[in-house]
Amino acid sequence: MLKSKKTILLLAGGSVIGMLKLDKISKIYSTGTFGGKLLPAVVDVSFDIGDGEVVSLIGESGSGKSTIGKMILRLITISSGKIIFDGIDISTLKKNKLKSYYKEVQGVFQDPFSSYNPIFKAEKIFTTIRQEFYPKMKDKEWEEKVDSSLKAVGLNPDQVLNKFPHQLSGGQLQRFLIARALLLDIKFLVADEIISMLDASTRVDVLNLLVELKSRGLSILFITHDLSLGYYISEKAIILYRGSIVEMGTTEKVYSNSLHPYTKMLMTSVPRMDTKWEEVDVELKAKQIENTIGCVYYDRCRVPDKDTGCASKKPQLIEVEHDHFVACKHCMEE
Amino acid sequence: MTEQINIQKSEKIDKVPVIKPKKINEFIYFALRNNKLKIGLGVVLFFILLAIIGPLFTKYDWNAYIGPMSQAPSREFWFGTTTFGQDVYTQFVLGLRAAFLVGIIGGGLGTFIGIIIGFVAGYRGGIVDEVLNILTNVVLVIPTFALLLIIAAYLKVRGIMIESVFIGLTAWPWAARAIRAQTFSLRSRDFVDMARMSGMKPLKIIFTEIAPNMMSYLLMTFILQFGGAILIAATLDFIGLGPTNTISLGLMMNYAVMWGALQFGNWWWFVPPGFAIMAIVGSLYIMNVGLDEVFNPKLREM
Amino acid sequence: MSLQTKNLRVYYQTLRGDVKALDGVTFNIKDGEIMGLAGESGCGKTTLANSIIYLTPPMKYIDGSVELDGEELPIWDMDSMNTFRYKKVSIIPQYAMNAMNPTRKIGKMTEELLVSKRVSYKKTRSELERRLDLVELKNDILGMYPIELSGGMKQRMVLVLSTLLNPSLLIADEITSALDVSTQKAVAEMLVEFRNRKIVKSMIVITHDISILYQIADSILVMYAGKLAEKASTDAIVHSPMHPYTRLLISSLPKVGVKYSEKKLTGIKGNTPLLLNPPIGCRFRDRCPVAFDKCMEEPPFVEIEKDHFVACWRERDRNA
Repeated sequence: MLKSKKTILLLAGGSVIGMLKLDKISKIYSTGTFGGKLLPAVVDVSFDIGDGEVVSLIGESGSGKSTIGKMILRLITISSGKIIFDGIDISTLKKNKLKSYYKEVQGVFQDPFSSYNPIFKAEKIFTTIRQEFYPKMKDKEWEEKVDSSLKAVGLNPDQVLNKFPHQLSGGQLQRFLIARALLLDIKFLVADEIISMLDASTRVDVLNLLVELKSRGLSILFITHDLSLGYYISEKAIILYRGSIVEMGTTEKVYSNSLHPYTKMLMTSVPRMDTKWEEVDVELKAKQIENTIGCVYYDRCRVPDKDTGCASKKPQLIEVEHDHFVACKHCMEE
Repeated sequence: MTEQINIQKSEKIDKVPVIKPKKINEFIYFALRNNKLKIGLGVVLFFILLAIIGPLFTKYDWNAYIGPMSQAPSREFWFGTTTFGQDVYTQFVLGLRAAFLVGIIGGGLGTFIGIIIGFVAGYRGGIVDEVLNILTNVVLVIPTFALLLIIAAYLKVRGIMIESVFIGLTAWPWAARAIRAQTFSLRSRDFVDMARMSGMKPLKIIFTEIAPNMMSYLLMTFILQFGGAILIAATLDFIGLGPTNTISLGLMMNYAVMWGALQFGNWWWFVPPGFAIMAIVGSLYIMNVGLDEVFNPKLREM
Repeated sequence: MSLQTKNLRVYYQTLRGDVKALDGVTFNIKDGEIMGLAGESGCGKTTLANSIIYLTPPMKYIDGSVELDGEELPIWDMDSMNTFRYKKVSIIPQYAMNAMNPTRKIGKMTEELLVSKRVSYKKTRSELERRLDLVELKNDILGMYPIELSGGMKQRMVLVLSTLLNPSLLIADEITSALDVSTQKAVAEMLVEFRNRKIVKSMIVITHDISILYQIADSILVMYAGKLAEKASTDAIVHSPMHPYTRLLISSLPKVGVKYSEKKLTGIKGNTPLLLNPPIGCRFRDRCPVAFDKCMEEPPFVEIEKDHFVACWRERDRNA
């Protein structure tokens, strides 16, 4: 894996703006007949990811995390805002320029079996890459490339080539997808819940693979709902709730010094194997939530200083300490 | 805790069974077992054969008055004669040819248009989908009967081709709807996103990723369109809006009723064509149900 | 003893032969015990749940017995099981919350369910309302359609419905998987509450998430490839597991507070065996780091310590 120019700059002591930068990204769906009602899925999300960095995007269902991943991968259109990759705004790229973008940025999704066309052999995803990106490469050279990609993800070429997807296990299929991304020498990978459908005993191996790839220069956006996974592999964590970032920063600080009431609720509610649940009463999510103006967590919030300001104006992300941001002006002390 | 011991592997462990289903053979296997498919296909093939070689056995022209009027089936005239003394057998086998011609051209055209519109609407979504939907709905509700009357007024001489093309141009909405729905559901599958991220152009994705997945569906849609075209043609012919320069099964029934076959009990004039239409279209539909079971593993009997 | 299973064998009929999904399963559950049933996909836990209450084709009953409160359950006979279903033993199947008829109001659905079991809706109405209170649902939910409820609300409703007639045994199959973290906690705690109030005597909670079991289960039964691997108290399974599979499984789970850079976790190499022609002897043999020649013979599921059962030759010899 090649280290990019930016990494070399970094190592030399230079300072660098993140490789991928999201600038006030929003995605608003229009529903209802003739698109009357608006449904905001992602609202004003901004963060950046540097070279060789693993960032966890943590949120539950409906938080908009997958939507953000798909927008970065240009599979969904962006309603407003910019996504800047290596200095270029990629939100409006088309055709050939978009194809060049895909040489550097790829994604792997949650359901390994849905990611393959069931009527073709699994390696069709490789041949597609060859046809689109390396049409002139000679057979021998291509075979070696495939071989080294498969070995890099811990797969034995003899065991996985020439098979249909249903003949391989979930873990093998996910690794196969990562190998496909490596064929392109990518710099950035969007991993959207890639291990949640795998068996417990194989999850860790795929996770470890991601970390190994990171040490070779790959940056990863690790989308998950599982807090323990986020802690295991990432340096930075972003907590997402109903389309907005409520807290973000280095993993240490976000986990051990959680300030936003939602983050705190997550930390106490997640089942752990070293402590039992505390006797904490938690406000559950109702089905219909109407308030779209103020703080996204307003109706479930139990902070004593909660006031009308919270309901009318959306709180901005404030830096409470170095590398730790919270979107709540009442939650700064701990 | 962890001791290094030699693990004795049994033969069974080394040879993990690798199941190679060989997709093509699997379908043939189930196809041969499916009674509905066998019976349906058998009946249709029988009639196709009859349409091909049947006319070779007759020396008469379908319109010529060659025999005694209103005669029941006999050794000379296998299906008897009409009120005017025409050979019903000749009319019947030529009518079969006409029926299959309408099926292929009308059904084929309908499927073709339906595929194009269905794929484009299903894949693109958004405004393109909305516009194509409106188009589909409009064509769907056009009163074909009234339209045909207008066309009939302008074209005094009509052939089988015109009729087939007309049917194809008005029957495609059903196919388009079904294909659009299937395309929609396939399009949201992750492997289509994978293809997009490989830089594939949308048209290529439709034809290399989505369409092959729908092969069975497309085949069944064609069979339905084929059968539907035959039925529509028979109906139109029966009420007098059919071709003017040739014979067809529907026209036979039309003439039979017009010229008193019912009153005189000349069943040999209208029963064969009616029965043939029923048998062909019915068998096509049964075949389709059988095909559905072959292609869809969940419907197979254990 | 609330539930006693002896040598239960249930296979799946397929075109290629019988898949030995459940191959000789013996265990007991005491009154008031919440037993967690853990294992990876394909280990047989859902088969076990369905065998006890709803054994339909393609499942085939081969051998064994299931006794509830001293009475043998005729699991092979779907019709006779009708008298036991819902009244003595009840199940919350996977995805139950998505199986509610979308065109029926909740109250109407409840009424139809009770009538089919020949129970008067009017008489149970007050108890129903008390239960709804218990799970923090308002009474007006009875007038709503399923689509108006959130996932958590639906799951709690299903919980109330399945336990309305106070069954002795409740089987909950992956009822927390599709829920948010906070709702998961609420639903899991409600399960315990139901047991504490003696609405249900004992429970089998099936899940692949052992951390939930750590919170609410008294004991955990670990299954592997259609056989039982280990059964012990929750504490013993999580902190001092004996079966090599359990040990490897527990140590492969990421926990909050464990970083890759500090302690790299490892998974279990290899795949679960196909159950069409399962390997002879111990089914974990070829993935086990401590397997030896005796493992070619199937290890029995025996009590090594008090209330701690293991199916492993190593552990048995160690304590013999």
